[in-house]
Parts: sequence; structure tokens; C-alpha cells
Amino acid sequence: MTGTAAEVVGAVTDPELPMLTLAELGVIREVRQDEGGVLVTITPTYSGCPAMESIRADIRTALRRAGFGRAEVRTVIAPPWTTDWISESGRRKLAEAGIAPPGAAPVRAIGPIPISLSPRPTAVACPRCGHTDTETLAAFGATACRELRRCPACREPFEHMREI
Amino acid sequence: MAFDDAYHALTDHDDDARWAYGTGFTDPLAGVPGDLPDGVDRAELATYCLMLGDDALILSHRLQQWVTRAPELEDELALANIGLDLLGQARLLLTRAGVSEGWGRDEDDLAMRRDPSGFRNLCLAERADADFAHLVARLFALSTWRLALLDRLTASRDPMLAAIAAKGVKEVTYHRDYAAQWVVRLGDGTPLSHERMLAAVDTLTPQLAELFHSHPTEIGLASVGVAVDPAALEAEFTQVWTHVLQAATLLPPATSLSGGTSRGNFVAAESSPPGGDAVAAEVSGVPAGAEQGSARPWGRAGEHTPALAEILDEMQGVARSVPGGVW
Repeated sequence: MTGTAAEVVGAVTDPELPMLTLAELGVIREVRQDEGGVLVTITPTYSGCPAMESIRADIRTALRRAGFGRAEVRTVIAPPWTTDWISESGRRKLAEAGIAPPGAAPVRAIGPIPISLSPRPTAVACPRCGHTDTETLAAFGATACRELRRCPACREPFEHMREI
Repeated sequence: MAFDDAYHALTDHDDDARWAYGTGFTDPLAGVPGDLPDGVDRAELATYCLMLGDDALILSHRLQQWVTRAPELEDELALANIGLDLLGQARLLLTRAGVSEGWGRDEDDLAMRRDPSGFRNLCLAERADADFAHLVARLFALSTWRLALLDRLTASRDPMLAAIAAKGVKEVTYHRDYAAQWVVRLGDGTPLSHERMLAAVDTLTPQLAELFHSHPTEIGLASVGVAVDPAALEAEFTQVWTHVLQAATLLPPATSLSGGTSRGNFVAAESSPPGGDAVAAEVSGVPAGAEQGSARPWGRAGEHTPALAEILDEMQGVARSVPGGVW
């Protein structure tokens, strides 16, 4: 066996953000190992995240290849995942891949959830040139977790992982 | 998974990473305890989960129909992503419904093997959109209503419903923002876009009473702290609806809602309440719809417009023609 079960599971990469490991993405809740096998608990990023099926399969495959016996992958949805759980190394790797990492997730105030009638004025630094005054092109990108932005300084479009 | 042989990759069945109906999707609540809170009727909880799950499933399908037809590529991405979020919420809720009823039905059985009369979604979720303005008006109304509901449902005594709601709140928050921003952009846009946005809102408004018409299942489960009585959502809904319509120049800035304008006070302003009341009117000797216009079907009770059958024909077509098919 190479490494502990937690190390093996943590090193599996996300199918849609392959520069990130599952540990860096913050979706692993628990890895428990006993004589019966390995029990992995994960949480989805979004309710409809289509990557969940392959993440489960990738975890089982990685554990099998590393010599662990029976492996079960369970899902928990509470408390809900937040981009605040992405690790520092995960944020650095996102930026290196040209995806601006998320800022701090919005804090829920008491009372009705406020509505935004214009794109949120988040300060997102361009991952290429570092210019901070970038603008939203489209609130939804290739996946629900990414929006499309543009940098007026280097004139390049880039993706930004939205805060949730 | 190797991709040098596409057919091999498709038939690499040692995992659950296959993609279509009947091809090994795992339970989205895999490993989550199926316990029910004390004193809650299984059948009632199942029905309630179907109501919220069917709203998401049917609206998701309607949004998917806009992909390749939206005005801009960016909006196709937005609608597809919103539809995907709703589909995810539907999967969780239908799975919970199946567990609650205890007959062994899973999410696929419930989505693909029910007839229109078994669906409990709001009729507002199933209607077709005449144009993009109708789409964003309807999406704005349903997102506003669903967000207010899910926000309250996070306090449900059913831990699964509370968890599904907490996840959904984050998603429906940006669904509502997206739709509201389009309502404002079109309403406060050119004379033509204003006219069409106004027409969409005027078409939609008489249909909104359904959102606040409580079904006995909703009232019963709300009384034991499991569900949210939709009648309790009208005040918050009206506040958001009015705020956005005013920003979109579709309502005069200082409209008082208590005055019963044509675009506020939905239940009071409705000329023909859905099903239950129409039946009551018939019993009392007044033919339903005789004086109040024709009765509207009540989605929560399984009554639907012909639009739902059209959706299900498309959505269930493959599953019904190849039952249990695997490829």
C-alpha cells in the first residue's frame, strides 16, 4: 500500500478542475479505515454537479489500485459546500491555470436574502496581469461554478470561480 | 478510463460514471440515513417532496428547451446551468420522496414512470414561454417563490429537507438574480423590449395566485414543523416582485400594494381560484367558472394544463420505449 487511505483519496483530482485534488477542493468530509474496508464521505459542490458520479468512481478506483480492499463512498449534503473550503494551494493552482480563485463567500445577514439587480461588484484580480478592476462578461461560464470576466488592462477574458 | 476506443470507454462498466437514464446512476442520497422524524406521515412527506421536486424537474426541462434558442450563447449557458441546478435539486427530492413512501421507487421511477396526474408541480412550472420575456418573467416569479420557501425550509424538522434546502438556497439566490436582471434590462430597455416585458408580466400575473394557495399536505406538514405553508410566502414575494418591477419601470414607483393593483395582491386579485375552490363553488350551486371565468387547474392536486403531457411525452419518451434500457 502507498500512503494512508486519506492520502490516496485526497490526491484524486477533480474531473472538471483537474488541476485540483479533492482535498484542495474541500469536498472530502471524512475517510475512515477499519478492517472491513474504507468509508469515504464526500459532499457535492452543487446539487446538480454532474461530476459527482465520476468522483465516486475515481475514489474507488484509486483505493483499489493502492491496495485497499472494500471501499464505500457516501454523500452528505449538510452543511452545504462553500468555496471557502478550497485550500490555499488549491487557490494558487486555480490562478496558475488562468482561473481567478473565489473571494470570501457572502455572509448571510438576518432577514430576506437581498436581490442583486446588477452584477455584484466583486474585486477580482486578472490571473494574467494582476489588474484588479475587471468586469463581468457573463454570470455563467462553462460550469455553474465559474463566471466569465474580462480584464480591461491586458484585454484578455478569463474565468472566475464564483463565491458560494 | 481509456478513450482510445470510444466504444470501450462507453462500456467500461466497473463504475457508475455512465451518463443516461437507466445506466447506473447511483442514488444521489447514497449513504444518507433514510430515517423520518417522529410523528410524520410517510405518505404525506413523500407527497410534499414530490411537490417541490416536480417543480424543479419540470422547470428544469422547460429551461433546457431554450438551449440553442436563447438570444445569446451566454444565456444558453446560464439557462443550462440553472436547469442543471434544478435537476440536481429534483433528484435529491424525488429520491427522498421514494424513501419516504417506502414502496421501493427510486428517482428514475418517479421521474420517468408517472403519468401527468401523478405530478404535483405548480402549473406555472409547466407552461410554455411565448418569448424570452415570458421565460425570464416566469423564472423570476418561480425563483423568488422558491428562494423564500427554501430559506424557511432550512429550519425543517426533517433533516433531509433542511439539508436539501440549505444547498438549494445558495443556488436559487443566483437564479433569481439572473432572472430579475433580465426583467429590469428588458423592462427598462427600448420601447419594444418594454412593451414585450410588460406583456409577459401581464400574462403571468393572473397565474401567480397558485403560488400561495396552500394544499392540505402543505398545511398539515407545516403545522408539525416539516414543511412551509406557501401562504406565508406572499408578503416576501410581493415585496421582491414589486421592487424589481418598479426598477424595470413596469410598475409606477410608489404603488401601494394594499391598494390591490393589477400586478400585486395575487390571491385577492385572482378572478378564478384553482381547483378546490371551483369545486366548492359548484357544490354551492354556482357552476365553476360561470361568473368568474374558467377555473384554473391546480397543479398541487395533480391537475395540469395540456403542457405537462407534452413535456412528459418528450422527457419520458426513451425511458418508456426502452424500459430499464442500458447502453
